[in-house]
Formats: sequence, C-alpha cells, structure tokens
Amino acid sequence: MWLAAALLTPPAPAGAQALQPYAVVGDAIPEPLTNARGDISRGRALVVERSSTCILCHSGPFPEQKFQGDLAPDLSGSGNRWSEGQLRLRLVDASRLNAATIMPSYYRVDGLTRVGALWRGKPILSAEQIEDIVAYLVTLRE
Amino acid sequence: MRFLGAIAAALLVAGAVGAAEIPQADRRSGYSFMKPDTKTMQDDDTANPGMLWVLDGETLWNRKVGSAGKACADCHGNARNSMKGVAISYPAFDKATGRPIDLEQRINSCRTNHQQATPLPFESRELLALTALVARQSQGASIETGADPQLAPFIAKGRELYMQRQGQFNLACANCHDDNWDKRLAGAAITQGHPTGYPLYRLEWQSLGSLQRRLRACITGIRAQAYDYGAPELVELELYLMSRARGMPLEAPGVRP
Ligand code: HEC
Ligand code: HEC
Ligand code: HEC
Repeated sequence: MWLAAALLTPPAPAGAQALQPYAVVGDAIPEPLTNARGDISRGRALVVERSSTCILCHSGPFPEQKFQGDLAPDLSGSGNRWSEGQLRLRLVDASRLNAATIMPSYYRVDGLTRVGALWRGKPILSAEQIEDIVAYLVTLRE
Repeated sequence: MRFLGAIAAALLVAGAVGAAEIPQADRRSGYSFMKPDTKTMQDDDTANPGMLWVLDGETLWNRKVGSAGKACADCHGNARNSMKGVAISYPAFDKATGRPIDLEQRINSCRTNHQQATPLPFESRELLALTALVARQSQGASIETGADPQLAPFIAKGRELYMQRQGQFNLACANCHDDNWDKRLAGAAITQGHPTGYPLYRLEWQSLGSLQRRLRACITGIRAQAYDYGAPELVELELYLMSRARGMPLEAPGVRP
C-alpha cells in the first residue's frame, strides 16, 4: 500500500530546473521560497494526500484519513511548537537538523544515492508545495 | 566462525545507519504481524492460494522438457523426498559461477544445463510454481542459509546494501526493518523483513511473487533505482536476509496482506 502511494505519485511538478536558493538562519529558513504566499487549504490537501507521503509516517488532525503512520510525531500543534521558518527548514531538509532523521528532505537533490530515473534531479515537492504545506502547518495550534 | 567474523567486520565499516541488529529472541516472522483471518489463510492448505502454485509445480516437475527430454523427476525422483530441506540453505554458493545463486536461479540452471531448455523468466508462473514446490518441502524446517564460509563476503555485501540509505527518500532497509519494525507506515505494519515465506501470495499482488519482487517493491518505494531481476545485488540482499533469519522456520508458501 505504501508502495502504491509512492509509485502513483506523478514526478514532482518542480521539474528538473534548479532549486530556488534559500538562506538558513540558525535552525530556520525565515524567507519563503516563492514570491506568492502559501495557500492553507492547498497545504492541508497536500498533507493528507497519500502521495505527498507525510501521513505514511505522521498522524494529525485528519479524521477523514483512516490510515495514518506512527513513525513520527503527531502533526497537531506543529504551529505552536515551531515558527514558520523552522517548519520551512524541517520540510526543505530535515537532515540539517538531525543527521540521523528518517524524514526525507523534500527540497533537496544533492547528496542522494541511486535515485530512481523517474525522480532523479527533482525535489520530492516543489517550492510552491512546500510553501502551501508550511502555511497550513503554521495554523495547527491544537 | 568465519561467518560471524565477516558480520562483525561489516558492522565496523558500514556505520551508515546506527541500527542495532534485532536480537535472536526478538525475531518475528511477517506472519506474526498479520490479522487472524490472513494467518488462517496461510495455515490452511485449502485456503492458501499459494498451494495452487505448488500443485502446478508438481505437474511441471513431472513434465519432460528441453532437448534432453528429461523431467525434474527423472533426476530427482519424488520432490517430497529429494527436495526436503533444500530451500533452507538458499541462496547457496554456486561453484560454476563462484557466486551465490537463489532457488529460482538454481532451478533455472537445471533447466539450462540438465534439461537443455531455455531458462524460465523471473516471476513467470512456471518458475514460481517450481520454486513454490521446492520451498514447500522445507515448510517448518529451520533456515540455515549462510553456513558455507564461501558466502561470507557476499553476506557482507548484502548487509552493506541493507544499511545503505538510498533513493529520493534517502532511507535504508534498516531504517524501517531494524529501527521501526514495531510501527505502522500508514496502514501497513512494518515487519522485520524476514524472508521466511517466499515465494508467497500477496493479496495486494493477487499473485504469488518472489522475494526479489518484494525487494524491488521496497526499493522502488523509497524511490531508488530497482535492480533488475537476477542482479547480483538482489541475490546478495536475499542472502543477507536469509542468513539474518537463520534458525527461523521456513513458511513457504506464505500469505501476506
Ligand atoms: C519517513 C518518515 C517521515 C515522512 C515521510 C515525513 N516525516 Fe516529518 N518527521 C519524521 C520524524 C521521524 C520526525 C521527528 C524528528 C526527526 O526525527 O527529525 C519528523 C518531524 C516532523 C515535524 C516536526 C514535528 C514536531 O512537532 O516535532 C514536522 C512539522 C514534520 N515532520 C512534517 C512533515 C511533513 C509536512 C511531511 C510530508 C511533506 C513529513 N513530515 C514527512 C518522519 C517523517
Ligand atoms: C519506508 C519503509 C521501508 C523501507 C525503507 C524498506 N521497507 Fe521493506 N517493507 C516495508 C513495508 C511497509 C513492508 C510490507 C509489510 C507487509 O505488509 O508485508 C515491507 C516488506 C518487506 C519484506 C517482506 C517481509 C514479509 O514478511 O514478507 C522484506 C523481505 C523487506 N521488506 C525487505 C526490505 C529491504 C531489503 C529493504 C531495502 C532495500 C526494504 N525492505 C526497505 C517498509 C520498508
Ligand atoms: C539431468 C538431470 C537433472 C534434471 C533433469 C534436473 N536436475 Fe536438478 N539437479 C541435478 C544435479 C546433478 C544437481 C546437483 C547440482 C548440479 O550439478 O547442477 C541438481 C540440483 C538441483 C537443486 C539444488 C539441490 C540442492 O541440494 O542444493 C534443485 C533445487 C534442483 N536441482 C531442482 C530441479 C528442478 C526444479 C528441475 C526441473 C525443472 C531439475 N532440477 C531438473 C540434475 C538434474
């Protein structure tokens, strides 16, 4: 089932173009990756969509989702625990915060091994998708 | 023992994942993670769809093929006797190629060398059926793969692959099957990845499938490049997994959700 989720995902719309540059300040990326603000409802839709893979590992306030993972913290209250910039870095490249993490780096293309041809050179999510998800996570205040 | 020595050496160099190996006493088959109805399906020969392949395998076992005009039975007699306890040592070291080969490849080498027939494609109904027939004769017997010291370097390679993070998700097999085996990935129980039931019937596949098929699925799941069927890397992974499961009973043909 989890495999189907991965396979059915269309290759990230980001395409193979270069990633947007970003600056890490402390444990955060304070500035958005895009000019437009993220969209909260698109962000929620992305998080609960199995193909985005978040709920393979996480649970959260998604009563309509029967199957949620328990490999990672519940996403409820993310917006209390973390600032927008901290959430952005967590999504872009969680391994910068915890080198041993199992959470994939959603906006990174280098330093990976044997990436399948379909996904090579592409981030898992586009800059726009990251911003949508960040905008949604900020609203999760238990 | 050289076998243990090689594992210890691999432990020292690998280091890619900080995984601790699962202690012997805590090892659990994928079977133990299943719901009661799926367990019953595996346990009851009349309900286990894998038995259809075993039956097909019996027919094929007795069929003369190839330019040698020989059936498996002509050389091996009754599979129930001659194939008893064979599958528990696979993958095994193959003198001809100087490498480990898995049960499917072993059967195909008899096709090629002894029957002088074309090898059966991986995942073909015939190859799965013959493999299921042979594996079935070891049902309940303890896995012994890896006892041959010539296998040590290949086990070490398999372990390295198992520990290596790969793919767009940058995950190693060990991240799920050693570190998180008691958890759930959305709806799926993460098991310890013991290959005790193969070839097995997966409800999701609606078919019997080989261990290589399962491994390719996990590799694609983390969005890494899957190795081709029969690739040395897949056989090394199979070998490592089987040697890691030593002492556990073989359950083929298993059933999984
Ligand atoms: C393969 C597992 C996995 C996937 C997939 C995953 N995460 Fe995580 N995530 C983790 C783990 C584990 C942590 C705990 C901290 C750590 O290990 O870095 C975490 C931490 C987090 C945190 C901080 C939680 C807290 O309050 O401490 C947020 C927010 C988060 N993830 C969001 C997401 C989103 C959004 C997605 C999908 C786009 C996602 N994660 C996909 C494993 C995963
Ligand atoms: C992101 C988590 C994850 C990763 C990484 C992963 N797997 Fe799996 N694996 C699973 C899940 C989930 C299943 C399905 C459990 C089930 O329903 O049988 C599974 C099933 C298996 C099985 C079948 C077990 C059985 O009882 O039939 C084997 C063997 C296996 N994996 C080996 C591997 C190997 C080898 C790798 C690395 C190449 C790997 N896995 C990587 C999650 C993972
Ligand atoms: C002409 C004789 C002959 C035929 C026909 C034959 N085999 Fe074999 N088989 C052998 C010999 C000899 C060996 C020992 C290894 C070798 O020399 O290849 C063997 C070994 C094996 C082994 C490994 C046994 C072990 O202990 O590791 C398996 C499994 C096997 N055969 C299955 C089959 C199947 C299935 C068929 C039919 C598709 C078949 N064989 C047809 C002669 C034959």
